[in-house]
Amino acid sequence: MDLKFELIWSYLPLLLEGAKLTVQLTVFAVAIGTVIGLFVSLLRISNFKPVSWAAKIYVDFFRGTPLLVQIFLFYYGVPQLLGLDSMSRHMAGIIALGLNSGAYVAEIFRSGIQSIHKGQMEAARSLGMTYPQAMRYVVLPQAFKVSIPPLGNEFIAMLKDSSLVSVISLPELMQSGRMVANRVYRPFETFILVALLYLVMTTTISQFVSYLERVFGKDDHSQ
Amino acid sequence: MITVNNLTKNFGSLQVLRGVSCQIAPKEVVVVIGPSGSGKSTFLRCLNQLETATSGEIIINGTKITDPKTNINLVRQEVGMVFQRFNLFPHMTALENVALAPMKVRKQTRAEAEELAMSLLKRVGLQDKAHQYPEKLSGGQQQRVAIARALAMRPKIMLFDEPTSALDPEMVGEVLEVIKSLAFEGMTMVVVSHEMGFAREVGDRVFFMDEGLILEEGTPEEIFNNPQNPRTKAFLSKIL
Repeated sequence: MDLKFELIWSYLPLLLEGAKLTVQLTVFAVAIGTVIGLFVSLLRISNFKPVSWAAKIYVDFFRGTPLLVQIFLFYYGVPQLLGLDSMSRHMAGIIALGLNSGAYVAEIFRSGIQSIHKGQMEAARSLGMTYPQAMRYVVLPQAFKVSIPPLGNEFIAMLKDSSLVSVISLPELMQSGRMVANRVYRPFETFILVALLYLVMTTTISQFVSYLERVFGKDDHSQ
Repeated sequence: MITVNNLTKNFGSLQVLRGVSCQIAPKEVVVVIGPSGSGKSTFLRCLNQLETATSGEIIINGTKITDPKTNINLVRQEVGMVFQRFNLFPHMTALENVALAPMKVRKQTRAEAEELAMSLLKRVGLQDKAHQYPEKLSGGQQQRVAIARALAMRPKIMLFDEPTSALDPEMVGEVLEVIKSLAFEGMTMVVVSHEMGFAREVGDRVFFMDEGLILEEGTPEEIFNNPQNPRTKAFLSKIL
C-alpha cells in the first residue's frame, strides 16, 4: 500500500479552514449549551412540578433523539414553521448543536447541584438569604467546580459531534475532508489528516480542562 | 418571644410532631432533651421554618411565621441557627463565611461586613484563623466560626441543633463556652443537646421531648432531680 500525502498537502489550508469552522461551531454550541443548561438545570430541580416536567421533556427530547435528526429538524423544520424561505446553515447548525448540548449540560449541572450537601442550602437560608442568593453564592460555586470534568467531556463530545452538521453542507472539517477526498480521489489519506486534526483539537481541550481542574482543585475546600 | 401552639409535622405518613405547645420568654435559655427520634430537631427546625409545619402556629416576636404570607427571609434574619454538622461554606474562608450574609442580605459594604466578621471571630477566639478555609480548621473551630456566622446577622434568637454531637470530646468544651457566654449576655436560645451538664448549668428551663410531644418541662433542678413523667425518669436513668 502506498500513501500519497503529497497530493493532498496543497489542500491543507482548506482543511484548516474547515477546522476553524468546527472550532467556531463548537465554541458557540457549548456557550449556548452552558447558558441553557444552567437555566434548565435550575428549572429541573424546581419543586413546582409543571416547570420541572417541562425541563425534563426538553432534556429527554434532545438526549433521546439522534443529533442527526435534530439537525434536519432545525434546518428544514424551523423555516417552515416560521414561514421563512430558508435558514442559514450556520444558524441551523449552531442552534441544533447548542440545544443538544444544553440538554447534556443541564444534566451535568443538575447532578453537580444535587451533589452539594443540603446543609449548605439550609445554612444559607437560615441566615436570611433568599433561594436565588443561596444558589448563587453558596451552592452554584461549589456545584460548578464539581461539574468541570464532565463539562470538559461534553466539550470534547460536542467538537466531535459537530461533524454531523456536514449533512447540511456546512463546510466544517468533516465536510471539507469530503470535498478534498472527492477532488483528489485520495479518501484514506485525506481522512487520516482529518482525524489527526480532530485529535489535535480534542487533545488541546482535554489539556485545558486538566489545567482548569488543577487551578480550581489546588485549593480543594470541599468537605 | 416565641409562642408555639399545637404544632404538628408529618413526613409522609409518619407524624414526627404530634401537637407541641410552649412559650419561650425573652432572654430565656431552653434546653431540649430527649431520645433520638423524639422530634426535638424537627421542632427546632420548625422554629425557623427549615421544616414547614403541617398544622399549628408559631409566633415569633409577634409575627406568625407559620402564615404562608409571612416573608420568612425577614424572620430568619432575626433567628440564627447552628447545625450539628457546622455546614460552613467550604469554598470561603472563615472570614468570608461570616461576612457573606451581612453583605448580601443586610447590604453592608465589604469593609463593614469584614470588620464585623473579624470582631465576631475575635469573640469566638479565632481571629488568627480568619483567612483559613474550613477544611483547615478542627471541628470545634468550625463550629465556633458557624456560631460567629449566625451572630453576624445580629439575631434576637439563636437555635442550636445538637451543636456538640459531631465533635471530638476534647473540643466540646470550647464550643459550650461560647454558647454559655451568649446565654450570660442575655441571648434568647433554644438548644437541642445531649450535654446534661450544660443543660443544668446554663438552661433556665428544660423540655423533655419524646414521641413528638413535650412530655415534661421545668427548671433543670426539677427535671434532673425530681422528674415526674416515667419516660423522663427512664431516659435520664439511661444517660446520667
